[in-house]
Amino acid sequence: MAELILTPNIDTPDDFYADLLAAHEGLSKEESDALNARLILVLANHIGDREALAQAITAARAKG
Amino acid sequence: MNKIFETPLYPYERSPDQDAPAPVRHPVVVIGAGPVGLVAAIDLAQDDVPVVVLDDNDKVSFGSRAICFAKRPLEILDRLGCGQEMVEKGVKWDVGKVFFDTRKVYEFNLLPEEGHQFPAFINLQQYYFEEYLVRRVRDLQDAGKPIEIRGGNKVEAIGTHDDHVKLEVATPEGAYTLEADWLIACDGAGSPTRRMLGLDFVGRVFEDNFLIADVVMEADFPTERWFWFDPPFNRGQSALLHKQPDGVWRIDLQLGWDIDKEEEKKPENVIPRLKAMLGEDVEFELEWVSIYTFQCRRMEKFRHGRVIFAGDAAHQVSPFGARGANSGVQDSDNLVWKLKLVMQGKAPDALLDSYDVERIHGADENILNSTRSTDFITPKSEMSRILRDAVLDLAEEHEFARPLVNSGRLSVPCTYDGSPLNTADALEDGPARTRPGAPCPDAPLGDGFLLPKLAGKFTLLTIDAEAPDHFEEAGIEVERLALSVKDDKTLALKQRYLGVAPSAVYLIRPDQHVAARRESWNENIFRAAVRRATGQE
Repeated sequence: MAELILTPNIDTPDDFYADLLAAHEGLSKEESDALNARLILVLANHIGDREALAQAITAARAKG
Repeated sequence: MNKIFETPLYPYERSPDQDAPAPVRHPVVVIGAGPVGLVAAIDLAQDDVPVVVLDDNDKVSFGSRAICFAKRPLEILDRLGCGQEMVEKGVKWDVGKVFFDTRKVYEFNLLPEEGHQFPAFINLQQYYFEEYLVRRVRDLQDAGKPIEIRGGNKVEAIGTHDDHVKLEVATPEGAYTLEADWLIACDGAGSPTRRMLGLDFVGRVFEDNFLIADVVMEADFPTERWFWFDPPFNRGQSALLHKQPDGVWRIDLQLGWDIDKEEEKKPENVIPRLKAMLGEDVEFELEWVSIYTFQCRRMEKFRHGRVIFAGDAAHQVSPFGARGANSGVQDSDNLVWKLKLVMQGKAPDALLDSYDVERIHGADENILNSTRSTDFITPKSEMSRILRDAVLDLAEEHEFARPLVNSGRLSVPCTYDGSPLNTADALEDGPARTRPGAPCPDAPLGDGFLLPKLAGKFTLLTIDAEAPDHFEEAGIEVERLALSVKDDKTLALKQRYLGVAPSAVYLIRPDQHVAARRESWNENIFRAAVRRATGQE
């Protein structure tokens, strides 16, 4: 079981963040929500590990 | 032509009990001649336990209702002498298609595992299912077995006592009193028995309505299960098309909550909906229309002294996954062998408490699965709809998203993990699917199959292991079934029961669930396992 990584893990974080914003550019709120949902599912499948996913949900909810 | 569900199959007839000077006591009374009540009664009577089935009606179920029967109930029905005819009449299907809006997002094949006598599923109208059971009851009666169905007998009051149950029964010719040592209540989701005893029934009511229609048509739709999310002909809702025998198609259309049920049921409102779905020029005839709302809930306990609840009377699920009638048949399968042993004095009364443990485990599993399907099909919030739609959008292109699509997780039997009747697993690296508590998977055996050889009694299954051919422990007879992988041409037996082990000995319960297993025979351990499996340890 993988431990969820909560320390910096992305090379060139500014580039990633810019890509994320660019993906939403020109989309309506509805289209953006749908994109986010698809992105979550694609990423979740890549992670795969249920334990790590559960920790990710907990980490995200803690700031709700 | 009259449909079978319009013909009285067990019309009211006066019973001598109605003229008896004192209430007549019967060993077992079953309330409800639906699928579960009839299955329980047949199982008892086959073994010469006298049983009376009371039903306030006199016909089989009106309309198709439960239409999808899974492998495990068919195996149980085979033990009761009517599995084959159901399969012969039923429609077998393996392919399902899922549509989202106007697109087919993917198609699946159940790819049923080889080496089983019965198919993964058949579609068969509930009225045929019940008709075959009634026919089986008549055959048993002709063979002198102690079983009767009393139509037009409505139970109006129940008195519970330590050693019996008293019933006030209304008939067209007035009321009479009956007594029973044991009462099995199979009187459906609205169970009057449950109400009369003032028992709880808690859970979740889903705010939704579904229109179900049975349509007779000569259409060239293939024999597949088609499920639509948000189709143009039923915007924002779901739809299901499934084939039944006799050119009857089952259509389920989700309608939402805020509707006028009586209006929606009128043919002038139903027919345009169906035309939008099937095409303007498809000729069809409407056989039956109904609207239902469903709940996912169960009783806190299924056993209340001498009254035992089974089927929808004890638990209710959403229809997605065909877990209603299928689980009710498994309730009966679990209960009847235990009740027989208790009635014969071979097992303590406490054995019946394991029915509660095991079938509540099954009911919870079914409720969990069907609730999840319902939450996917009918998203309860804006975000759950966004996520659901994202899954469907991705499923069209990406294989990974397809297992997340949930249009019903089809009924599979429950493994009674943690049951007090199980002996700890002692077959090292044995296949998980045959661990203690699991239902035995079928396997080819020469010209036949394994399961019919395990029917209705305790069996010691040995695979390349020595053991006595017969033994008796605490009044329980155990017969050995000796097999060898040398005769296992398909290797199904080895894969399903041995894994990497060179040999195995299994103690198998009368309901074909595994009670204990290890690599070789050990007298003390298997004797203890028999006591444990019968509530004597």
